[in-house]
Amino acid sequence: MQIPSTYEAAKQVEDAVLKELDRHGYDDVAAFAVKLALEESLNNAIKHGNGLDPDKTVEVDYDVDARQITITVADQGGGFDPARVPDPTVDENLEKPCGRGILLMRAYMDEVCFSPCGNRVKMVKCKNCTAQGL
Amino acid sequence: MADDKAQLSVSTEGDVKVVQLTDSKILDEVSIMRIGKALTELVAQTIPPKIVLDFVNVGHMSSSALGMLITLQKRVRENKGDLRLCCIQPTIYEVFVITRLNEIFQIHESVQDALASLAE
Repeated sequence: MQIPSTYEAAKQVEDAVLKELDRHGYDDVAAFAVKLALEESLNNAIKHGNGLDPDKTVEVDYDVDARQITITVADQGGGFDPARVPDPTVDENLEKPCGRGILLMRAYMDEVCFSPCGNRVKMVKCKNCTAQGL
Repeated sequence: MADDKAQLSVSTEGDVKVVQLTDSKILDEVSIMRIGKALTELVAQTIPPKIVLDFVNVGHMSSSALGMLITLQKRVRENKGDLRLCCIQPTIYEVFVITRLNEIFQIHESVQDALASLAE
């Protein structure tokens, strides 16, 4: 599906995904993790990828089954290199107000893969796995 | 006193403002901006500002919300004040641990503990 670059549209996607997770019996821990990671990826796409441009859209696809959920989020921006995002957990970055989205995505999902260009991310969460004990 | 639009409920304990976040999901970017604005105004109301943020109703978090809290703490410090967080659910506290922000903020289990720390 394609959504406009608005937080309201992002919330509707999150609600739909959570509904599907619930339908497939995912527990609250998994739902929390997916919601957080999805929110971060959508916010990144809307704010950083598309620059909040109302003429740009975000493509979101998800597939939920009894084993896992797979989500892809793609924006229409120029892309970026995730490897160049500073580590927000090092001392000199701890008190910076931004830069934690990707860290949280990686912490809460079992797989996070960016396309070479960086404007598409695929995330996977196993229903019964625990990543970092989460 | 409740600020419904900013999703805050503010009470006073001595010279401390206890702010209860009334929305269960601090994830919405618009909400985060409203809350941040309201808290910044609160900081400006009393010098030095002493604020306890009560997370008892908060069930979700985002990196933007964490950024808002960091900015708030900076404002409080600029005004020679103190900020405490309290009543954070374990799943939310985990977000602070992953980001190491549990080392930046003073986090307490209860409002009473937070107030006691400000009285020291």
